Amino acid sequence: MFFEEKGIYSVHEFTLAVKGILTSGQFNDVWIRGEISNFKNHTSGHRYFTLKDKNSSLQCVMFKWHGQNLRFEPEHGMKVLVLGDLDVYEQRGQYQLKVRAIRPDGVGELYKAYEQLKNKLALEGLFSPEHKKALPRFPKKIGVATSETGAVLHDILTVLKRRYPVNILFVPTMVQGEYAANSIVHSIELLNRTDVDLIILGRGGGSLEDLWSFNEEIVARAIFSSKLPIISAVGHETDYTIADFVADVRAPTPSAAAEMAVPDRQELFNQVKRLRELLIERQKRDISDRSLHAAELRKCVDPGLLQERIANYMQYIDDIKERKMRSIERLLETRTSQFRECTGKLDAVSPLGTLSRGYSIALKLPDKTIVRSINDIEKNDEIHILVNDGKIKCDVNDKEECKWK
Amino acid sequence: MEMNFEDKLAELETIVEKLEKGQLSLDESLELFEHGITLSRECNAMLKNARQKVEKLIEEDNNLKSEDFALPDETIKGNNY
Repeated sequence: MFFEEKGIYSVHEFTLAVKGILTSGQFNDVWIRGEISNFKNHTSGHRYFTLKDKNSSLQCVMFKWHGQNLRFEPEHGMKVLVLGDLDVYEQRGQYQLKVRAIRPDGVGELYKAYEQLKNKLALEGLFSPEHKKALPRFPKKIGVATSETGAVLHDILTVLKRRYPVNILFVPTMVQGEYAANSIVHSIELLNRTDVDLIILGRGGGSLEDLWSFNEEIVARAIFSSKLPIISAVGHETDYTIADFVADVRAPTPSAAAEMAVPDRQELFNQVKRLRELLIERQKRDISDRSLHAAELRKCVDPGLLQERIANYMQYIDDIKERKMRSIERLLETRTSQFRECTGKLDAVSPLGTLSRGYSIALKLPDKTIVRSINDIEKNDEIHILVNDGKIKCDVNDKEECKWK
Repeated sequence: MEMNFEDKLAELETIVEKLEKGQLSLDESLELFEHGITLSRECNAMLKNARQKVEKLIEEDNNLKSEDFALPDETIKGNNY
């Protein structure tokens, strides 16, 4: 066999030929289990490492754009599952795996990744109580993101129907597998564009691997960014996923999430009934208070009472009148006796007494001035002489001075 | 816009409180009472008439639509999530 017959490859041609075979599809989309060694996070953003087991090793590269979806930072010695496509690095003629995803392999590794992300997000404040949104007390429409098949949706619908029937907008969501995280993120974003009042993000119980999509960073960030409050109900009571920490409320089960989402209709019935009874009772009391008050007022304006009061006043007036009369009488008596005393005294000095003893008084006319001296009159003057029982009209004939004393 | 249940219930509570405090004229108190009774009836009716309607959200060319949705019976027994 001569090289003339077979032809001659250049190195590059040969490498390309090999590459053509290796990348023809048979080794696309393969999962490989191994342990990470020689891990290098290059400044370019690409990650380089060797995946190895006891007997073999495989060169791996994870380009920057695939690394963005990493849910944890790979470390030397970590047991992982990698997903990728076989490729040939032409410059070195070396086959390598172009890694698209890395999963921690085994529960221990999953926990490591879980703790790693939990600490990171906690530091960023994604779990902080001040970011928790309050649930509406009376939601009109509830968004439910969960699998279309399975008991979760059924449980949620059943509890909601029993407790308080509301409108429900359901978004079929993948909650397990390779595409679950993206599907969950997408459902949260979709529901945020609708008129629902809150979102229940639900999944039934499962292993840590089964629940893994709820521990992905993109899911945590989507929950954090949601404008609508989110109740997470992932797994069983004891399973805590990262989604549970970021969610506004964490429910132990999907049924519990439904109970938290709506008030109890029977309780509300009772509350309305109680309020109605209070209303009626208070109104009755108000009316009866007012009637009592009115009755009291009516009593105050009783005609009998008025008559009594008038009678009282009349008696009072009589009383006053009598007292006045009595005091007037007393005054009269006093005045009378004073008068008598005075007339007695007057009698004693009265000229009338003198006249009765035989004296007389002469008055000169026309003025009726008393004649005390002969100088008071002239001859021919007219005088009246007053005596005890009358007067004597005289004309003066003459006058004569005499010395009586 | 019609008041929602929450607002109606809150108003009913306020009315009961106001009546409790008193200091209202008879007209006011009668009016409040009547309004309160109406509200309690409406609240009751709203609770009574609450119905569950389930719709499924569908994305079509980046537009959102919804259609009525009912759980197929067999999924209840299924255990694949």
